[in-house]
Amino acid sequence: MSVFAGTGLACLRGERIVFAGLGFSLAGGRVLLLRGANGSGKSTLLRCMAGLLAPIAGDLTWDGAPAARDPESHHRRLRYLGHLDAVKTSFTVAENLALCQELYGRRDPAAIDDALGRLGIDTIAGLPARLLSAGQRRRAALARLLVVPAPLWLLDEPTNALDDDGVERFAAIVETHCAAGGMAVIAAHGNPGVDGEPLSLADFAALPVEAAA
Amino acid sequence: MTEFLALVRRDLQLAVRQGGDAALVLVFYLLAVLLFPFGVGPEPNILARISTGVLWVTALLAALLSLERLFVAEYEDGSLDQLALLPTPLPLVVLAKIVAHWLLTGLPLTLIAPFFALILGMDAAGYPVLILALVLGTPTLSLIGGLGAALTLGARRAGALLALLVLPLYIPVLIFGVAAVDAAMAGLTVAPHLAILGALLLAAIPLCPWATAAALRQALG
Repeated sequence: MSVFAGTGLACLRGERIVFAGLGFSLAGGRVLLLRGANGSGKSTLLRCMAGLLAPIAGDLTWDGAPAARDPESHHRRLRYLGHLDAVKTSFTVAENLALCQELYGRRDPAAIDDALGRLGIDTIAGLPARLLSAGQRRRAALARLLVVPAPLWLLDEPTNALDDDGVERFAAIVETHCAAGGMAVIAAHGNPGVDGEPLSLADFAALPVEAAA
Repeated sequence: MTEFLALVRRDLQLAVRQGGDAALVLVFYLLAVLLFPFGVGPEPNILARISTGVLWVTALLAALLSLERLFVAEYEDGSLDQLALLPTPLPLVVLAKIVAHWLLTGLPLTLIAPFFALILGMDAAGYPVLILALVLGTPTLSLIGGLGAALTLGARRAGALLALLVLPLYIPVLIFGVAAVDAAMAGLTVAPHLAILGALLLAAIPLCPWATAAALRQALG
């Protein structure tokens, strides 16, 4: 089973080191819950794990091999969902999901139907995304995780805007994902409805650059 | 390759759904060209003489007009993160977006240019070369413009900054584009000018997407 790990990670936002000396290890089937106050670096860590942001120190490894050495393979095995839904408002929900598959070179209508059903948005699949509520759009963004399977999910506040039913459905897809050997890193303030190993960003808070120097 | 074509198709579909953007560029082109007879006066000789320059400069400004939005919409709705995380290398993703941009602006501008040349009374001998020069020159405009759009992503007054960055880089294309058409009308050989336009394009195809991708990573990081 795969292991995604980081050692000695430090990230810079502007002039500030948001965290330093951060390490984690995540095996297949497990969930890592990022905990911390606003500005503690949860989103930064997720972007760093995805490879959108290069750490100034430390290594990210997948099964012992540096993830940065082969970004294409790393991209293939991860799905990232940030604060923004990245749902194209002029396409319908189903078109958005089909488009996502095409960009990964896949075509699998059954997976789209399945994803729509599991997130409870099958009745609005034909609606342009511009007409959706924030919660419905969030569900559409979560459905993207299912239409192109990947072992590593990096989710930034995934339950934002979701109602109770949405949170339950989210918990269910994460559970299924982990039962199948997948892993997830979830940044959350409140209760994301999922159990996992907590990682408190406050433990790795760093001093400002000037003070450190 | 299928992923590349899917990206191009995605951008074309988005443009069709959102509508208007490509048409806007053409309408701007038409209006800008039509301003010249009013500004310079209806003297046919003068209009015919400056027609090549007018068509190129206005085509260049029209291309610039649509560039500002190239990455902004993707950036604002979070899609740019998703595009940067595709297994397809980012320079290829950029190239796909540039191809779509050219199909939506450069190609229509090229096809409509002879009609505008007619309005300005340009010598018919220049038409075929005008089209050829635009076919070779407008993709370079899209490629260089994409780099400018990526560099100004997230900046305040990105539009003005983009023009300042990109217009000086457009000068070589403008010089040889106009020279090719003028040479054709004067009965001189056009091959060297077209060859240089082609060379500029061949240099821009690998360099610009690569630099654009680096600028986008900077904006995302």
